[in-house]
Amino acid sequence: MNAPRLRADRARCTGAGQCARTAPTLFDQDDDGLAVLLIPNPPVEALSQARLAADLCPSGAIALHGDLPRARPITE
Amino acid sequence: MSTPADFPVPRTCPFTPPDSYDAMRAAGPLTRVTIPSGKRAWLLTRHTDVRAALADPAASSDARNPDFPALGHGEQQVAAELRPFIRMDPPDHTLVRRMLVGEFTLKRTRALGPVIEQTCHEQLARMLSLTPPVDLVTEYANRVSTTVICHLLGVPTEDLEFFRSITTVTGARSSTAEQVGAALNDLFALINRLVDDKTANPCDDLISRLALGPLERGEITRSSLLSQIGITLNAGHETSRNMIPLAAVALLRHPDQLAKLRDDPGRWPAAVDELLRYLSVADTITLRVATADIELEGATIPAGDAFIPLLGAANHDPAAFADPHVFDIDRPERHHVAFGYGVHQCIGQNLGRLELEIALRVLTDGAPALALTEPFEELPLKDTSAIFGLEQVRVSW
Repeated sequence: MNAPRLRADRARCTGAGQCARTAPTLFDQDDDGLAVLLIPNPPVEALSQARLAADLCPSGAIALHGDLPRARPITE
Repeated sequence: MSTPADFPVPRTCPFTPPDSYDAMRAAGPLTRVTIPSGKRAWLLTRHTDVRAALADPAASSDARNPDFPALGHGEQQVAAELRPFIRMDPPDHTLVRRMLVGEFTLKRTRALGPVIEQTCHEQLARMLSLTPPVDLVTEYANRVSTTVICHLLGVPTEDLEFFRSITTVTGARSSTAEQVGAALNDLFALINRLVDDKTANPCDDLISRLALGPLERGEITRSSLLSQIGITLNAGHETSRNMIPLAAVALLRHPDQLAKLRDDPGRWPAAVDELLRYLSVADTITLRVATADIELEGATIPAGDAFIPLLGAANHDPAAFADPHVFDIDRPERHHVAFGYGVHQCIGQNLGRLELEIALRVLTDGAPALALTEPFEELPLKDTSAIFGLEQVRVSW
């Protein structure tokens, strides 16, 4: 079993701020506007936020890997 | 084979994208249309396809490409010459976007909250001092949106009226290339002077930071800097100016939803995103050319073809949003594309959200008896504008 793991690829980041807005416990936005990953291994209670952040990221910079509980609709 | 139908098409209901999008979406992933230039383009109407195509590296925004599907008269010529970053591809786009994006972070945007709040209160008090009926577009929305974006960029208060007169021309799709060109010349002369002024006397604003940073370091040419400031001013103002009155009317026409917001102001952020989805005023703003084949679910956009992923059609796709034509502030789905998708997704979206929330809250709280003075069915629509809106919304209170 691979624990869920987040990635924030700053080279692909376009600075829309969606991750820091929708999942502020997991992501921040630095002064240059780029995504900063705060918690690479999101706890189970933060997985829906992590999934939402990955779905909303417009540039594909945010990804969620690992074995995930069955996906539910992208809502909060 | 018959000639593909003309595009763009006017809205049937002012709140929702044209009804014909539903039929297109049901018929297939791609719809061939004829745009005003006489050229052909593909329309995309499904949420999954719109997001996939906008995120594809082969989706070019470069207006210098002769196949770029500009919809406005003179739009392509102006965009090809000025090269605003919304009509650029990486790596040029990345360079400009990175210079600007730090100005629009969540932190910086939220710090503007008190200024936006004060602006909205001042403009509402001014409007309420007039004798009704008054036009909500001119006397509230336009004054709020120009004041906020000019504050962010550092355009002095004494230049506000001049800026407002320029945007009236640049915001209308019916303007000729010559009219847009003359208005842009005025705008660029203003920005050019501001860059000089702020290089000599820097302030805490966007123009000062760009003038003393990237411009002085030689990372951007002066003419490109003027273009990027120009598009930021225009895009930042035109969208809010159109959204605030249209959203206010939508709330007046859905009193049950407005009542929920009065009961619990904590619902405003969700309501703003639902307004953005439902109204989708930037429906036709994302114009692209495929530089390689782009694979969609069950179709391919061939390399070299122009295409328009319709943001409003995606936001009203029943496969993505249950009962999409219903305005529901408690809607659970969050993945609307009102601000676009891909690397060009709106740089000012967090400012836009906050401005819309404050402007609507201050308006509905401060004028609780706000009402249209003319029949809803007769509201004049801005169907020729690149950003949809209402020409005029006469109200009393």
